[in-house]
Amino acid sequence: MDATALAANFENKLAKNENIEPKDWMPDNYRKHLIRQISQHAHSEVVGMLPEGNWITRAPSLRRKMVLLAKVQDEGGHGLYLYSAAETLGISREELLHQLLSGKAKYSSIFNYPTLSWADMGAIGWLVDGAAIMNQVMLQRTSYGPYARAMVRICKEESFHQRQGYEIMSVLAAGSPEQKAMAQDALNRFWWPTLMMFGPSDANSANSENAIKWKIKRESNDQLRQRFVNQTIPQAELIGLTIPDAQLKWNEAKQGYDFGEPDWEEFNQVIHGNGPCNKERLGARLKAHDDGKWVREAAAAYASKRKLVAA
Amino acid sequence: MENTKDSQGLVWEVFVQKKPGQPYVHCGNVHAHDAEMALQNARDVYTRRNEGNALWVLPSSEIVASSPEDLGSFFEPANDKIYRHPTFYQLPESISHM
Repeated sequence: MDATALAANFENKLAKNENIEPKDWMPDNYRKHLIRQISQHAHSEVVGMLPEGNWITRAPSLRRKMVLLAKVQDEGGHGLYLYSAAETLGISREELLHQLLSGKAKYSSIFNYPTLSWADMGAIGWLVDGAAIMNQVMLQRTSYGPYARAMVRICKEESFHQRQGYEIMSVLAAGSPEQKAMAQDALNRFWWPTLMMFGPSDANSANSENAIKWKIKRESNDQLRQRFVNQTIPQAELIGLTIPDAQLKWNEAKQGYDFGEPDWEEFNQVIHGNGPCNKERLGARLKAHDDGKWVREAAAAYASKRKLVAA
Repeated sequence: MENTKDSQGLVWEVFVQKKPGQPYVHCGNVHAHDAEMALQNARDVYTRRNEGNALWVLPSSEIVASSPEDLGSFFEPANDKIYRHPTFYQLPESISHM
């Protein structure tokens, strides 16, 4: 087939809502867009292990500790599913990791905020995973097959993440005044960064237009943000916590909440490396990579030695 | 910046069997330096929630796949032989199960 026919074939598949698969022809920019988006998503899962890993040894009970360990292990697994999906586009795991470790690749800005108290584990599970799920449910219908299939797995596994977070928050909110204050403080600190997770407003989002055109994204940043707010407000009210937004108000006409604008200047600062924990997070990843170097070398040496013995 | 691109091992495709007697279904892949490590990684990555009790792993490079361009001609022989389907045949009305 010539280039025009291939392009028409690609457009035709999108129009029929058929998945694009690794060996199918695709425009270079579609491939590039996916590599960037999927690898950022993978890096976010992996870096996302750090703020929560920070609390594993200090979880308040064995139950909480087991749950947190399982959750953090899941995030690592999700990173692997996503790296696999990105690799089907013709980029190696080595290159993807190099992009993260050299600071070239981005990951979700939310993980550059510190986790100061145990209640932050609740806020992350409830809000951060809740926002991530909102996005990932949509991505189960993304046009690129391997990405969509990874999302189906991830969504299935994520459902406990949000519940365990909300459970932590509701237990603290029903506890002593100090515990309730701790939960409220965590909500105060994580609310706005969570709303920023959906990305800039549609009008200012550099990548949104292509993502919608290629059916990589099926809904806009603002639509997802609105749905998240609508879903979360009653959950906060139910456990007696207050959303830190003076402009928050039910809007009968749109059957949804009006809410304030996140501080996009802060968002830009964090994205560009100036958040509270950017250096710490990358430093921890680099250290883990360096500390694991001898393991990779030993595994490679062992494999080649066994091959020699077998030959 | 030091080079962080040391080896992540080979890619191995992973197939999982949900229950004895059922077919092995492809579920994804892992990186590993040898078969034993591939099996262990596959267990950790793909069976954390009782997804199965048996696994196959094999190097991705060993998989031979048809290409999308073949879609028409390669599978064409299956299209024009409707007599391979039971619905092709007419039975007397009195026979309801066959």
